[in-house]
Amino acid sequence: MQFMLLFSRQGKLRLQKWYVPLSDKEKKKITRELVQTVLARKPKMCSFLEWRDLKVVYKRYASLYFCCAVEVQDNELITLEIIHRYVELLDKYFGSVCELDIIFNFEKAYFILDEFLLGGEAQETSKKNVLKAIEQADLLQEVRHKTLRRLKLYSRIGREM
Amino acid sequence: MPAVSKGDGMRGLAVFISDIRNCKSKEAEIKRINKELANIRSKFKGDKLLFIFLLGHDIDFGHMEAVNLLSSNKYTEKQIGYLFISVLVNSNSELIRLINNAIKNDLSSRNPTFMCLALHCIANVGSREMAEAFASEIPRILVAGDTMDSVKQSAALCLLRLYKTSPDLVLMGEWTSRVVHLLNDQHMGVVTAAISLITCLSQKNPMSSRPCVFSLQIVSSASTDLQDYTYYFVPAPWLSCKLLRLLQCRLVECLETILNKAQEPPKSKKVQHSNAKNAILFEAISLIIHYDSEPNLLVRACNQLGQFLQHRETNLRYLALESMCTLASSEFSHEAVKTHIETVINALKTERDVSVRQRAADLLYAMCDRSNAKQIVAEMLSYLETADYSIREEMVLKVAILAEKYAVDYSWYVDTILNLIRIAGDYVSEEVWYRVIQIVINRDDVQGYAAKTVFEALQAPACHENMVKVGGYILGEFGNLIAGDPRSSPLVQFNLLHSKFHLCSVPTRALLLSAYIKFINLFPETKVTIQEVLRCDSQIRNSDVELQQRAVEYLKLSSIASTDVLATVLEEMPPFPERESSILAKLKKKKGPGAVSVTELDDSKREAGELNGGGERAAETASTPSPSADLLGIRSSAPMSAAPAAAGSLLVDVFSEVGPAAPAAAAAAVNNDVNPILLFLVTFKLALSLSRFVCKNNGVLFENQLLQIGIKSEYRQNLGRMYLFYGNKTSVQFASFSTTRLCSLTLCPQLNVQSKPVEPLVEGGAQIQQVLNIECLTDFSDAPLLNIKFRYGGALQNLTLKLPVTINKFFQPTEMASQDFFQRWKQLSQPQQEAQKIFKANHGMDTEVIKAKLLGLGSALLDNVDPNPENYVCAGVIQTKGQQVGCLLRLEPNAQAQMYRLTLRCSKESVSKRLCELLSEQF
Repeated sequence: MQFMLLFSRQGKLRLQKWYVPLSDKEKKKITRELVQTVLARKPKMCSFLEWRDLKVVYKRYASLYFCCAVEVQDNELITLEIIHRYVELLDKYFGSVCELDIIFNFEKAYFILDEFLLGGEAQETSKKNVLKAIEQADLLQEVRHKTLRRLKLYSRIGREM
Repeated sequence: MPAVSKGDGMRGLAVFISDIRNCKSKEAEIKRINKELANIRSKFKGDKLLFIFLLGHDIDFGHMEAVNLLSSNKYTEKQIGYLFISVLVNSNSELIRLINNAIKNDLSSRNPTFMCLALHCIANVGSREMAEAFASEIPRILVAGDTMDSVKQSAALCLLRLYKTSPDLVLMGEWTSRVVHLLNDQHMGVVTAAISLITCLSQKNPMSSRPCVFSLQIVSSASTDLQDYTYYFVPAPWLSCKLLRLLQCRLVECLETILNKAQEPPKSKKVQHSNAKNAILFEAISLIIHYDSEPNLLVRACNQLGQFLQHRETNLRYLALESMCTLASSEFSHEAVKTHIETVINALKTERDVSVRQRAADLLYAMCDRSNAKQIVAEMLSYLETADYSIREEMVLKVAILAEKYAVDYSWYVDTILNLIRIAGDYVSEEVWYRVIQIVINRDDVQGYAAKTVFEALQAPACHENMVKVGGYILGEFGNLIAGDPRSSPLVQFNLLHSKFHLCSVPTRALLLSAYIKFINLFPETKVTIQEVLRCDSQIRNSDVELQQRAVEYLKLSSIASTDVLATVLEEMPPFPERESSILAKLKKKKGPGAVSVTELDDSKREAGELNGGGERAAETASTPSPSADLLGIRSSAPMSAAPAAAGSLLVDVFSEVGPAAPAAAAAAVNNDVNPILLFLVTFKLALSLSRFVCKNNGVLFENQLLQIGIKSEYRQNLGRMYLFYGNKTSVQFASFSTTRLCSLTLCPQLNVQSKPVEPLVEGGAQIQQVLNIECLTDFSDAPLLNIKFRYGGALQNLTLKLPVTINKFFQPTEMASQDFFQRWKQLSQPQQEAQKIFKANHGMDTEVIKAKLLGLGSALLDNVDPNPENYVCAGVIQTKGQQVGCLLRLEPNAQAQMYRLTLRCSKESVSKRLCELLSEQF
């Protein structure tokens, strides 16, 4: 995998993870271009598109688009399921995840992703093991901060599963 | 101001995020952020800064504080620090050394959580500096016996990332073989992570694990232990063979199982279930295609994909079309793929997603062969009318290739390409229309049809410029084939072409002008009409220099050249050398979806001969060893034809593209002179005689056993008169004595030479005289040629001489004083006005001889001008009809070195150059 982007239906970037060295300028350019392309596609269209010399695999969960760029020889369907597994992980951790969870706890979203994917490859695909690692890390934290639960709205990402 | 305590700090972030979300406008957001940035500067808060960065704002401070967080003992701070570094720090940051130090500490901390954080950070940044620092450390952690599973997983993928960025820094070693053992780990997570690493390593290293990882692992690890089984230094060869065979059997078995499973009813209705299952299926199919040796599996795979072609999931239809593309290239499954043609055509017509339609078009291209070419090309053409703009050019190329590759009769080919131009003219690249012309020229059986078809196509009220180009070219070559029909008589053809002329761009007009001159040769009856067109102001005074030059030269060519010369120069184009299709080369250059199909096309070249219906055409699809990326494969062919093209010169489309097969002289003819053969004869031989007359006006120009030619000439202002004396040295009469002057196309407008005919009989021992009147219109470099023909004892004698008319003959000496000379010298100070040459003395450096030569040159030799009395300076004005060119000359001899330095400064660049050339041969 070359990179992963999460963005909202309005085109706001919520998470970005780059597995190839690129300049900030280039990253911004790619993000702008891809967000536009993906948002322009209709719901019934297929989840894969050829983009530059890469394949882009994307899926929409509620208000959020999850978008991965993989190399041409990579397996599209399994990439689609990588996205899904990540959503499951977020859902399990936050308990019915919604976009706000990812906004307010963006660092957690990054930590979970790091446990699941590293350097663009699947590191640990077991849901149980990933969450165990995150929970252990949480135990080390002096303060748990789940103060924002009350802010949750109804657009739960997990509902789409 | 956020509170200082930890808990408040966290709430501070939450409040800040809420504030940002409540901002009504971008301005409000920036204002809020600036306020917060000020806060952060006074009391560093990594998490907030990070959030601001992720919003897309630039962060140019705080990096140092983040690095400090790394060394914190508090997990939260460390974690935020690492996240900050991973996201924000560019790989070439100068802080990298400090970061590396912190990472090193955490790696050796033996705290698995800290170690993982550090490894994640390395994998996220993955810079070369990090590879330098940790490439040897991480393998040690990876294979150490006491490393925790989670750390192993991180270490494996971290190493993979470093290997991808800097493969040279990750050294293979003893650890490599131990990594293979990780595949046997009880922990599936470790196996998952390790297999990514091993797959990548084994692609580039002959280490251990080709696809047969498991078996070779036994062999390679056993090499040290199993000394008894090592057979002539080969570790356990029998075992290896058996294992590989086992792998082969197991592989087929395993692939069959996967195919069988695809037929089982789904265990869940969830899309994740079918996706995961099909992910494995597609991977298996790609393996089947890769091995390409099991017909049974290939056909089964094809049938499976055929089912997906009509699946309700768009994703599956897309992937099935994509995989089928590669299946079509296997000889075992090609036929099976072809059975789905109707479904694929239907997909091309009905799919709502353009990317799926694109895959369908790719597949049609891949499954095309002689049996279905007409159907497929027709479908692709009709799709082209509505195709997405982004893919039109590629579609056009593909249609053009298929039409050419599978053409049974070439009239179908011509029809297809003309249709292509009609439907999608804007997307027809040069290569495509070049190619149709190449093919028409190379196949006489289609030329008449092509001429008829383009003639008809051109009658459409609005036709694409590319159509005009093809039409112009083909009618110019083969218009005669349809001229018998009064509906397409020469004049009708010409008028039709000329009616499009004014709507076309400059290159097309240039091509049309060339077509016109070809018409003059094909149909003498059009000569007057065409000359009129060429003569009109919009042509001959066109502001575009290329068009003007063509008009002038073609007009001149058509009026002065004899029909024979015209016929030679404007002969029908010779066949193009058979080469790799220029279109194919173009498609290859395009990346993406086409790439697969092109590989397939290459693979199929073994059958190309048969499919193309003759070995003759096979040469076209087979790639040539030379890297002929040039369009038509002609520009670089012969130096003769390359020269005018490079110079951006005249006649590019008609003449410079003739290629090596064309008579080289024809190209030279147009380039330099009217009569090619003459030019060839004289160039070298007579250069000498010309140089003898630069500084003198009288002497013997030519002498052999039969004939002596003497000249005497005088010049005044821009006019000259030259007396030629032809002396018969034999006692026998010369009969049919005649002379012809030849001026090259470039020389004609520069120099006007007039003469009276000579008497046709020259008695033995007698001498006859001819007078030439010369007028210099503008400065020139070439010399006029004189062709002499006569009969001596029945044998025709023919020779051509260069007449010693050089630019310096029109010199008027100018006397001036030293002061004036240097003042003018300084005025002519632009670099292009000066020409200088340093050369070795060819003759003695006698002062009187040099002086005599300089005087003979025609300019004034000035005394007491140069402070160095050894040097010579001259001044003069060259008189031409149009202008006067002032020239200053300085010759500096160096007696010791036997060298000269010659410097010329003239008010016209070309004069400086020419004089410098002429003079440097004199001393």
